[in-house]
Amino acid sequence: MTIDELTRHAGEWLSGRGPQSDIVVSSRIRLARNISGFPFLSRATESQRKEILRLICSTIDNTAIGPKSSFFDIEETPDLDREILVERHLISRQHAGAQGSRGVAVSDEETVAVMINEEDHLRIQSLRSGLQLQAAWEELRLLDDALERQVDYAYHSRFGYLTACPTNVGTGIRVSAMLHLPAIKLSEQLQKVFRAAKDMQVAVRGLFGEGTDAQGDFYQISNQTTLGKSEEEIIREFETVVIPGIVEYEKRARDLLVNERTSLLDDKVWRAVGLLENARAVSTEETLNLLSHLRMGINLGRLSNIDIRTVNELFLQMQPAHLQKMSGEELTSEQRGVIRADCIRKKFSNNN
Amino acid sequence: MTALLCQRCKKSTATVHVTDLVGETKELHLCEECAGEQGITIKTPVPINTLLEDFIKNQSETQELTDLTCPECGMSFVQFRQQGVLGCPNDYDAFEKVLSPLISQAQEGATHHVGRIPDQSSDTQKRQHVLLKLRRDLDDAVEREDYECAAKIRDELKELGES
Repeated sequence: MTIDELTRHAGEWLSGRGPQSDIVVSSRIRLARNISGFPFLSRATESQRKEILRLICSTIDNTAIGPKSSFFDIEETPDLDREILVERHLISRQHAGAQGSRGVAVSDEETVAVMINEEDHLRIQSLRSGLQLQAAWEELRLLDDALERQVDYAYHSRFGYLTACPTNVGTGIRVSAMLHLPAIKLSEQLQKVFRAAKDMQVAVRGLFGEGTDAQGDFYQISNQTTLGKSEEEIIREFETVVIPGIVEYEKRARDLLVNERTSLLDDKVWRAVGLLENARAVSTEETLNLLSHLRMGINLGRLSNIDIRTVNELFLQMQPAHLQKMSGEELTSEQRGVIRADCIRKKFSNNN
Repeated sequence: MTALLCQRCKKSTATVHVTDLVGETKELHLCEECAGEQGITIKTPVPINTLLEDFIKNQSETQELTDLTCPECGMSFVQFRQQGVLGCPNDYDAFEKVLSPLISQAQEGATHHVGRIPDQSSDTQKRQHVLLKLRRDLDDAVEREDYECAAKIRDELKELGES
């Protein structure tokens, strides 16, 4: 699949189908792995990076279940296309902007992506809509097994899987969920929730991971501990303690809005509708914040004529790179604002 | 540099530093245990560089640390300190003295892996050391323009099933 083909649809993780998808937009698990016998990337020469890239690509090709529908050589990929991959959560911003041989292999529906030569030789991720950590883990575990039958991973009897950064050592696992928390934000309880999250040893990040803003009230919650617990224990704890805890806060805040602050809630929702239906130029940031209130309105039954998938997809399609790809040309920020507003108005008139 | 002792027990190293800004400004330096007894808990995930700097601050013999270098990839402890990422799998053994306490601190006190294990883990580890050394020698040989030596190492790699 080419980047252009990829851009026409949204990945499975935005389908709005999985359990609890009104609050848990998506679930993600990734494993960090390095190939035994090679230095980590900070000490690898360019020829070693090439060798690692080639080795992993052929290994993926030889597996029955590897992500084979698309491979992108990042060095060969134009800037705008790299940005598309970032917006689709298939690669990190660091991977897009780094130097040297590197790539990403992506499966159909974008449920699996393998980043090659990011911070570690391999970063294997599984991404699903809603709260589906078990399904994500099952898929990832099988792929990890299939790869490990062909290549030796760097492994230590005491420290487990060895990673370039010692804080990922052991299982090399990061379990995360992207949560939509507009009601917590509206009721000004974010600080309280984040403090509770930190007490549970989890990190809270913005929409695009490390060092990014929580645009559109989306927050990525992820585990920090990678050693001393099995992968299953880490996932179970995350799924049965951490996520339900935060989801419960959001539910309570939503109930409070519906029952006691109805006017405030409806005002936010209908202002969003009004602006989205009428604006003639709108920035990404404003769009995401308006879509956030719209999404909350749909999930709380304040609006009924727009489906959640349309809104989820707009969150992706209104990002700068996707917008430019769809228009077929590079645009200034001002031009993007106008086109963005046009697209949204069209979407709404089709929906009504 | 000498380590700062806990103001309360005067025995353990102070790792918790509190500045009280309410009323008169007060500074408190406590060990983790005493801080816990005083109701002060620190659970925020700390980035690797901060952990590393704190560890170094509390060492009396820093010279010994700065002299550490991995014989396999050539990464020195000073470089690790600057970059925050390691150079090769063998660094976990070469810098074990620093990494063990650091990892345990970053991992809620855990010191051992209990998750998945590769099928042939012991073979893998031995092979890993051999391959790392050969690849490093190969780079050196290429740099020295000693192509005869480089060719020999390539043959050895090939024999081990690596291109």
